[in-house]
Amino acid sequence: MRIFKGPVLFLDRSDINTDEIIPAKYLTEIDKESLKPHLLEDLKLEGFTNSGDAFGRARVIVTRKNFGCGSSREHAPWALEVNGIHTVIAESFARIFRQNMFNGGMLAVELDRKTIDSLFALDRKGTVHCSADISRKTLRFRTAGGKRVSVPFSLSEFDETLVGAGGWVEFADKKY
Amino acid sequence: MTAQMHRTDLVTPEEVGKMNVTEKIFKAHVRDEPFPGTLVLSLDLVLCHEITTPMAITDLMARKKDRVFDRSRIKAVIDHVTPAKDSKTALQGKILRDWAHRHKIKDFFDIGANGVCHALFPEKGFIRPGYTVIMGDSHTCTHGAFGAFAAGVGTTDLEVGILKGVCAFRQPRSIKISLKGKLRKGVYAKDVILEIIRRLTVNGATDHCIEFHGDLVGGMNMDERMTLSNMAIEAGATTGICLPDAVTLEYLWPFIKKEYGHSRKKALDDFRKWHPDPGAAYDKMLEVDAGKLKPVSTFGYKPDQVKPLGEMKNQRIDQVYIGSCTNGRISDLREAAKIAGLKPLAKGVRGIVSPATPDAWKAAMKEGLIKIFMDAGYCVTNPTCGACLGMSNGVLAEGEVCASTTNRNFSGRMGKGGMVHLMSPASAAASGIKGRLADPREFLGK
Ligand code: SF4
Repeated sequence: MRIFKGPVLFLDRSDINTDEIIPAKYLTEIDKESLKPHLLEDLKLEGFTNSGDAFGRARVIVTRKNFGCGSSREHAPWALEVNGIHTVIAESFARIFRQNMFNGGMLAVELDRKTIDSLFALDRKGTVHCSADISRKTLRFRTAGGKRVSVPFSLSEFDETLVGAGGWVEFADKKY
Repeated sequence: MTAQMHRTDLVTPEEVGKMNVTEKIFKAHVRDEPFPGTLVLSLDLVLCHEITTPMAITDLMARKKDRVFDRSRIKAVIDHVTPAKDSKTALQGKILRDWAHRHKIKDFFDIGANGVCHALFPEKGFIRPGYTVIMGDSHTCTHGAFGAFAAGVGTTDLEVGILKGVCAFRQPRSIKISLKGKLRKGVYAKDVILEIIRRLTVNGATDHCIEFHGDLVGGMNMDERMTLSNMAIEAGATTGICLPDAVTLEYLWPFIKKEYGHSRKKALDDFRKWHPDPGAAYDKMLEVDAGKLKPVSTFGYKPDQVKPLGEMKNQRIDQVYIGSCTNGRISDLREAAKIAGLKPLAKGVRGIVSPATPDAWKAAMKEGLIKIFMDAGYCVTNPTCGACLGMSNGVLAEGEVCASTTNRNFSGRMGKGGMVHLMSPASAAASGIKGRLADPREFLGK
């Protein structure tokens, strides 16, 4: 199983779609690594660029509603994966994106609006760190100023199994 | 949104015979419930195209699992970028082509016979009421127009579908949309679905299946129903289902008459299995009086940003695009040509028509539509996704604007910095003449 922890990238917008996560023109790539420089290339968000230190070190994304809507392209989670981002925390996800994350053994965590608000309200001047404890179903956040917050989350048995197994292909091939 | 009806868990819907369409299709296809709430369904069809399938194929090869579950249930097409535009897209096509040949997949459509997947596969008679269908493409919901459960999936789900013929889903909840009224002149299925998306919002149907009910749908032909179902995903829905009826039957008749011993009645009775039970439960209900609708268009980067074209007449355009799995079928080309035939494109406006399938192309030629478009100044391309996703032809430059019959207006969709306004074929053709967004009724008379 992967380790789900590291600096948080906050994306304060709803409806970030898969074209913004990885534009269609890169769908001609047939290896995941080539997607790396293009993650979030077309995202329009004040103060955001898809380069720089904060972006490059991020391992976790915290965002708002309906993340990953639009195209079914699994290139979206792959673009996150090759950039080392294995966890997305959002108020809600588009169905296909969410399934794609778990199918690849990654984590898509849904939290309610109030909790997401409270994460955005954390002191974000320095880096906020997050680690996900899958067995205890707890997310732990730590701000640069040393403030700590724990947030419980839920996972279906199926999603947890996929995360543990590292994806759906091996699981399904054995079972069906 | 009216009454919220949540069913109780005391009696399951199947026990009381009150299932909606998705529940019926799921019940008929459940292969396993490995975990509570996770249903693994047997698939009737796995559809493939050259953008999302090659990665599944190379992964299967890397895992030494280069197999297919049933070559007659797998259909494949090269449609997004065809003819290939560069070495990379040529390689994507080649991986799919070699794989199809290696596994003797009979229904593989290559250049010369290819067309946009969600227009081509229905035209070939592959989709049937009650089917379970997946594809690595979000607009797979289009096939719901035949009363099927058809869902877009990612490459990993596709890969497992190819290998094992199964896919896991959570039991989706359902939304019943009742469509009433008669469409006014200049208002089409596209306007109806844009209005529905406006009301549901872009995630209003996430993890839900939409069922389209009502006389308006009953009176629509299959092309129109496919336009409706095609955009269900733009409200987040897993699929958009129309109830199979005599219209569905006539469309499929050439492909199924033998199966049903030439008895239409037998076929229709069979189709009715996939109607909801009286009293079936829905999570949400929405009523749309379509008789009041006006021709509309999107105005931002989200498909739920919709308003009447009459309010956007000052917006100049650079390009008109008529095509795609939403509106590239023959009936769409007819509606567009009715207006395009009246006057040439405005000076400085580029027009592109991409008939969605070879049959649509041939019919358009036979009916004189190709000539109408070309005389009006349009470029007519081969059947392909084309400008719809800005990967091959028809890409917009920064700051350019397109009146388009496609289904997505996301930022960058047709080219970085471009703006796409989604509308009906008639509205797009009218906008082409004006050089600005236009209400097609200006050209259709009262
Ligand atoms: S026409 Fe557009 S939306 Fe339809 S399958 Fe092709 S790229 Fe996707």
